[in-house]
Amino acid sequence: MIPAAFEYHRPDTIDGAIKIISEHGDEARVIAGGHSLIPMMKLRMADLSHLVDLQEISELKGIILECQSVTIGAMTTQHELITHEELAKVAPIINEAALQIADPQVRYMGTIGGNVANGDPGNDMPGLMQCLDADYILVGPNGTRTVKARDFYEAAYFTAREEEEILTSITFNSPVGGYAYEKQKRKIGDYATAAAGVLITKEGGKCTHASIALTNLADTPIYCEEAVAILTGSDLSADVVEAATVAAVNASDPGEDNRGPIEFKKHAAKIVIRRAIERAIERA
Amino acid sequence: MSKMHIKMKVNGEEVETLAEPRELLIHVLRERLDITGPHIGCETSHCGACTIDMDGKSVKSCTVFAAQANGKDITTIEGLGDPDNLHILQEMFKEHHGLQCGFCTPGMITRAHRLLQENPNPTEDEVRFGMAGNICRCTGYQNIVKSILAAANEMNAAKEAAQ
Ligand SMILES: Cc1cc2nc3c(=O)[nH]c(=O)nc-3n(C[C@H](O)[C@H](O)[C@H](O)COP(=O)(O)OP(=O)(O)OC[C@H]3O[C@@H](n4cnc5c(N)ncnc54)[C@H](O)[C@@H]3O)c2cc1C
Ligand code: FES
Ligand code: FES
Repeated sequence: MIPAAFEYHRPDTIDGAIKIISEHGDEARVIAGGHSLIPMMKLRMADLSHLVDLQEISELKGIILECQSVTIGAMTTQHELITHEELAKVAPIINEAALQIADPQVRYMGTIGGNVANGDPGNDMPGLMQCLDADYILVGPNGTRTVKARDFYEAAYFTAREEEEILTSITFNSPVGGYAYEKQKRKIGDYATAAAGVLITKEGGKCTHASIALTNLADTPIYCEEAVAILTGSDLSADVVEAATVAAVNASDPGEDNRGPIEFKKHAAKIVIRRAIERAIERA
Repeated sequence: MSKMHIKMKVNGEEVETLAEPRELLIHVLRERLDITGPHIGCETSHCGACTIDMDGKSVKSCTVFAAQANGKDITTIEGLGDPDNLHILQEMFKEHHGLQCGFCTPGMITRAHRLLQENPNPTEDEVRFGMAGNICRCTGYQNIVKSILAAANEMNAAKEAAQ
């Protein structure tokens, strides 16, 4: 389990990192926490000859809370997300989801930037970021651009990020109302068999805003437009919840793997989605 | 590919070694620095036997490149206690049968040490959640949890007595 040889770089600015990446093209790859990349390098599934370590770049760290919005630096670890008390108040769904990722050791190293940039359908943050309608900030040799989380994922391990771009931060409006991130996994530290993030806002008995996104139920995370349309404006009755749950399951497209056949995954998805919607309503 | 100089503080001592950037930290510790406390169970980030403390974080050293660890402050089980002077966690694992074969124990204790630094007074549930990255094939965990809770009590009592 020893990866192929590479040259190691540890730049201390974003510009410095981009310069190295531009110089070496697809031979270069950035490493954040390494807890997805190193396993892939051990299996020789990731091919690179220049490894650009982002750990020294202070511009990529930190959590900024403004009155209406949250900005999280790409190199913020899951452990830092979980232990940030103010963030837990402003966006408790982040805390609920991050606590269900991997195990303590992995969470000390794994970063939010690596989790969303990786493109593995098993990662939990991409679905969560689609639920929050987050924006990803990408910086490359030609400047800065913003891509919505809902437009970022193209296929497993294929994203809208160009090879020479670095994802520097993630930003979203502070969520209001009820929330839930529900995940079914075989054991602690496992990726989801099925997971769902839900946000619901209620006013005078009516749902004024809803969002639902799924994890590991297709090649990419899925934002469930139809289910959201069913919930929005409704009275959130049991029938509405059932209809929205079915619509979300229908939006999924899981494949068969070691977590089970398609039918089982859809069964698990239905339970997880319903629980997430119900818990979000309770908290709304 | 050429080797690089890796400088780290390991168990309080400045060390320097030559290693290829791709070498895993666990291999550098065990094979170049002769620090064989941290074990290799799975080498795939799953078992926690290789857990060390790096800059105040519990880390699986089979999933860190030597190059990434350059400049870091590392503590392994060797830095916590020795046979003549056991750490309180080691003593409690001994007293409460927190180990059988002992293969997982260095990782367990190194992880438990960090857990108790962050949460000196954990509930049983918090211990189980905080130890979820460490696998034991012998004990069934019950006595590991007991040992850690007992160590927390002892450490708190010692702290109080000192005040
Ligand atoms: C045992 C185990 C269990 C796990 N369970 C889960 C789980 O349940 N849920 C879950 O979501 N994840 C899980 N993970 C994955 C873990 O959360 C990873 O840490 C995470 O997916 C990637 O973050 P990282 O910082 O380690 O990224 P890295 O591994 O360093 O990078 C991953 C990829 O993203 C790229 N990248 C990283 N940062 C950037 C950036 N800023 N800009 C552009 N590209 C970048 C890298 O080039 C690489 O291709 C698990 C990992 C392990 C080892
Ligand atoms: S040897 Fe590192 S986690 Fe198993
Ligand atoms: S005591 Fe044998 S693996 Fe834990």
